[in-house]
Amino acid sequence: MKVTILQFPGTNCEYDTQHAFEELGATTEILWHKAKSVPEDTNLLVIAGGFSYGDYLRSGAIARFSPVMKAVTAYAKNGGKVLGICNGFQVLTEAGLLPGALKRNDNLHFISKYHHLKVINNDNVFLEKLDSDSVINIPIAHHDGNYFIDDIGLKELEANNQILLKYTDENGNIKNPNGSLNSIAGVCNKSKNVFGLMPHPERAMELLLGSDDGVAMLQGFFSA
Amino acid sequence: MIKAIINISLKAGVLDSQGKAVHHALDSLHFKDVNDVRVGKQIILQLNTDDKTQAMIDVRKMCEELLANTVIEDYSVELV
Repeated sequence: MKVTILQFPGTNCEYDTQHAFEELGATTEILWHKAKSVPEDTNLLVIAGGFSYGDYLRSGAIARFSPVMKAVTAYAKNGGKVLGICNGFQVLTEAGLLPGALKRNDNLHFISKYHHLKVINNDNVFLEKLDSDSVINIPIAHHDGNYFIDDIGLKELEANNQILLKYTDENGNIKNPNGSLNSIAGVCNKSKNVFGLMPHPERAMELLLGSDDGVAMLQGFFSA
Repeated sequence: MIKAIINISLKAGVLDSQGKAVHHALDSLHFKDVNDVRVGKQIILQLNTDDKTQAMIDVRKMCEELLANTVIEDYSVELV
């Protein structure tokens, strides 16, 4: 299992992500954004969290035009698996690889805390190791996590089981930290090979540090 | 030289949290006649051309590809 992790100027979660995947037994490579191709032996491409290009203009808007993104788009269109965490999710929506957009949090605050999430659809490699409707506890840390999509787009997401996770309380009742439409925390594309979420599974790998609920999520990619 | 003034704001129907916060602040300052507030951004470009038709085509393309996210934002362009 080879995980390639993208690094833009301003990315800051690439080493946490690398550590998380290596603990699970993967080999990893951090790929600078000027690369023109994705390493051929890549099984999973991760766009890590952070503040690519200082979030100028809009979060993820400039990173989308980095040289490596052409290769990422080709890799995804070819069926390659891509995971965008936090800023990575924003980059994927800006690049049009995932539907919708991420707006400023409704309360205008940067929110950094543990938050419960409910698994909505697990018929995909990312969440197949988790039970549908199960509740997990994963940190969030973002300013622009307020997911928006128009009515037609939302219906499509629902019809194709593309909604991955929703923000809830510990009992699985909807609890919305940022104003996200229908409390959506993560989605995938129609062909279920591109995944994006605002919470940080790579920060929930050890009970000692608060939660190890991220392990089962990242492990999903190992069986595929 | 043409100056292009681009105004970008959240689409009608997309909740503008910043606008709402500013509205609340104006309200607390007793400016009671404000019905609605929308906060947007303005981008000003200096273009090396005098061809307004072509400038408009180019600037709209810039908006579609980068300057606005048309999933959530509207834009308007004024050339002066």
